[in-house]
Amino acid sequence: MDTLPTQRANPLISRHAESTLWLARYMERIENQARILDVTNTFARDADDTQNWLSIPRINGDLAAFLKKHAQATQRSVGEFYLLDSANSTSVQVCIGAARENARTLRALISTEMWLQINVFHGMIRALTPEAIMADHFTTVCTQLKEGVQEHTGVTEGTLYRDQAWHFYMIGRSLERADQTTRLLDTRFHSLAPQFAANDADLDAGHWNALLRAAAGYQAYRREHPNGYVPMEVAGFLLANTAFPRSVGLNLAQIEWHLTQLRTRYGLRRMGTALERLEDLNAAMTYPNVLSLGSDKLSPFLDFVQGQIADLHGDIVETLGL
Amino acid sequence: MAVGMSQVQSLAGQSQSQTSLQPHGAMKGYDPGAFFCEMLRQGADPDPTLTLLMSRLAALPLDSLRQRATQAERDLLERGITFTVYSDATAIDRILPFDLIPRVITPQEWQQIETGVVQRVRALNMFLYDIYHDRKVLKDRIVPEALVLGNSGYCEAMVGFDVPFNTYVHICGTDIVRDEKGVFRVLEDNARTPSGVAYVVENRHMSLRVLSDLMTGLRVRSVDEYGLRLHNAMADIAPEGVADPQVVVLSPGIFNSAYFEHVFLAREMGIPLVEGRDLTVENGKVWMRTTSGLAPVHTIYRRIGDDFLDPDAFNPDSMLGVRGLIEAWRRGSVAIANAVGTGVADDKAIYAYMPRIIKYYLSEEPILPNVDTRICAEADALAYTLDHLHELVVKPVAESGGYGLLIGPHASKAELEEFRARLKADPSNYISQPTLKLSVSPTLVPDGVRPRHIDLRPFAITGKDTWVLPGGLTRVALREGTLVVNSSQGGGSKDTWVLA
Repeated sequence: MDTLPTQRANPLISRHAESTLWLARYMERIENQARILDVTNTFARDADDTQNWLSIPRINGDLAAFLKKHAQATQRSVGEFYLLDSANSTSVQVCIGAARENARTLRALISTEMWLQINVFHGMIRALTPEAIMADHFTTVCTQLKEGVQEHTGVTEGTLYRDQAWHFYMIGRSLERADQTTRLLDTRFHSLAPQFAANDADLDAGHWNALLRAAAGYQAYRREHPNGYVPMEVAGFLLANTAFPRSVGLNLAQIEWHLTQLRTRYGLRRMGTALERLEDLNAAMTYPNVLSLGSDKLSPFLDFVQGQIADLHGDIVETLGL
Repeated sequence: MAVGMSQVQSLAGQSQSQTSLQPHGAMKGYDPGAFFCEMLRQGADPDPTLTLLMSRLAALPLDSLRQRATQAERDLLERGITFTVYSDATAIDRILPFDLIPRVITPQEWQQIETGVVQRVRALNMFLYDIYHDRKVLKDRIVPEALVLGNSGYCEAMVGFDVPFNTYVHICGTDIVRDEKGVFRVLEDNARTPSGVAYVVENRHMSLRVLSDLMTGLRVRSVDEYGLRLHNAMADIAPEGVADPQVVVLSPGIFNSAYFEHVFLAREMGIPLVEGRDLTVENGKVWMRTTSGLAPVHTIYRRIGDDFLDPDAFNPDSMLGVRGLIEAWRRGSVAIANAVGTGVADDKAIYAYMPRIIKYYLSEEPILPNVDTRICAEADALAYTLDHLHELVVKPVAESGGYGLLIGPHASKAELEEFRARLKADPSNYISQPTLKLSVSPTLVPDGVRPRHIDLRPFAITGKDTWVLPGGLTRVALREGTLVVNSSQGGGSKDTWVLA
């Protein structure tokens, strides 16, 4: 993970640093939206399983905005809201538009290949039509979105020069992943989440299964926990397992490393507040601590973590002196 | 259709045996008529490279050319080699159409263009130094004082101010056309912030992607050095005593239609692309806002017009510029390219005097002539213009004159008479030129490969010395019969191959 010290200190314009954070976040957000839509589509009992479809606006914190436009949560209405609606600030349309605008700002800094891929991906998303949310296309479109971001991630890994901008990029990606994972988990622990009776155990298992698959964590979870689902163990896995790429704990640890690199190698001395906040958050993100919370205290904890992630983003931007 | 090495190696023999060039194959039916054709070169000795190129072109099926053209178009869009057009609330990315048949310049031709451009840039810089210092050129009545001092590009703040190496025009784009006899003529100097160089380089990359078989073995000079040369010149002019100067490109931002070029310049030089809000002036110095605090800036290649550079010095409403920048510049703590106040030198009014300006400062004949231009303020020029009004283009010189121009061959009798009266009333406000018969180049259009008019804009970089990029922006008027090469009016561009 170590990078060589640079020959000369290449300065990074503060505004570009912020754009880099947002570029990474918006691209990552598209993948997460696609994952959640896809897995809901797969595991919902049918296209009108409103309980399940409603969980998506809930994850994203835009239940009110959704209900203002749509009377019912169905595959069609939720698909329309997140895949096609360019007036909805959390739709993939808005995300790719914002990602591309940030990439445009950064075009002299990021690799030509990164820009090219984002530009083409943008064209693909902008061209989505109502056909995309028909039952027979839904999964294909979600897969295309997921793969488009994965392509972006791969191109970035292979071509982005690893100086300051790369560190900011990686911080943005980790912030978004950590945030999205808490939201995903919250769908099952939130007081509004569907509650199931004991005889609905199969259904309940199906939902845990779906949740882990949305995070691409099913197989890894199975390796760690071969028998059934214990809700708090799933929570522990997604929050504290530092081997799982989308866990909150791993992403926070990565942010800490990148911030430390920025401070020690590039002389960004103002990272103190952000690092202190991370230290506290990291201390809470352990298996024993998560297990000790119990399911009733988990939802407030997730809210707290989301708030802290937002503040962490704020702390970092604050150091840029914009 | 890869061309094998054996064909390349037979280049010399092939050229010696072939005496005249006849369009065939994909070029069948190509007829430039009375215009000078950049590929056939009527009347000139056939150039072996052009002969080979044309036979390769002719051997390609039209369908293959069209497929490549489609691929090139998609490629430009995907790469975002575009300019943005705003209408209402929507932004549309447009490409500058790329015609894949290259325009070729022989080493002898390039020699003339290169030395001619260097000469012209020298004269422009000497002229600017003079009008902002001793004004000998005005005192000796070479150029009328009113044309200079009353010019909108003239900048009073520049009087008595010295710039490094007396270079004002660091980046110059010289618009050159070729007449029906094949004579190169300068149409216009662009001494403010000439654009288009990104297309020179990107068009070459495009040729290498879609036409590599056509290029195989041909000795085309590289255009990849531009970024390096530009950075060197920007470092040359940085304040003295700075070992490793920080250069930036200053852009109006992502909504500017030329933003792609700004990206290109910053990328090629490996330097930050900044906007006015990223810079600040403190303690008489210019700084940029970076992640580790304020960092010094030594040279600014600005792509913002004079008026918007500094709200303190010029347009107070400008949101694009940097407050206090001009004062910092005057103190010598930062260099700005191009210098402020160069607009007076590339003005239409001054253009007419350029041959005399060159002779005045350099005691040399212009290596590249102007288009024959008559200054109606002078009696014999006025008499000639009045006698030949129906075949001339007459242009007002001072922008305040604003009566519009006359295109003689297209004007009615009544219009001619009306203009004649206007011209007699205020002759010093006008210049006249013959209507141009621009050279043509084979161009892929819906009918096949047909002649279309072209021009050329080479780019010269000047720090201590002047360097001309061996290439240039060739613009092509895609519509049949039209001479207008501007992108806003159906113009496209071609790759320009300067042969080694």
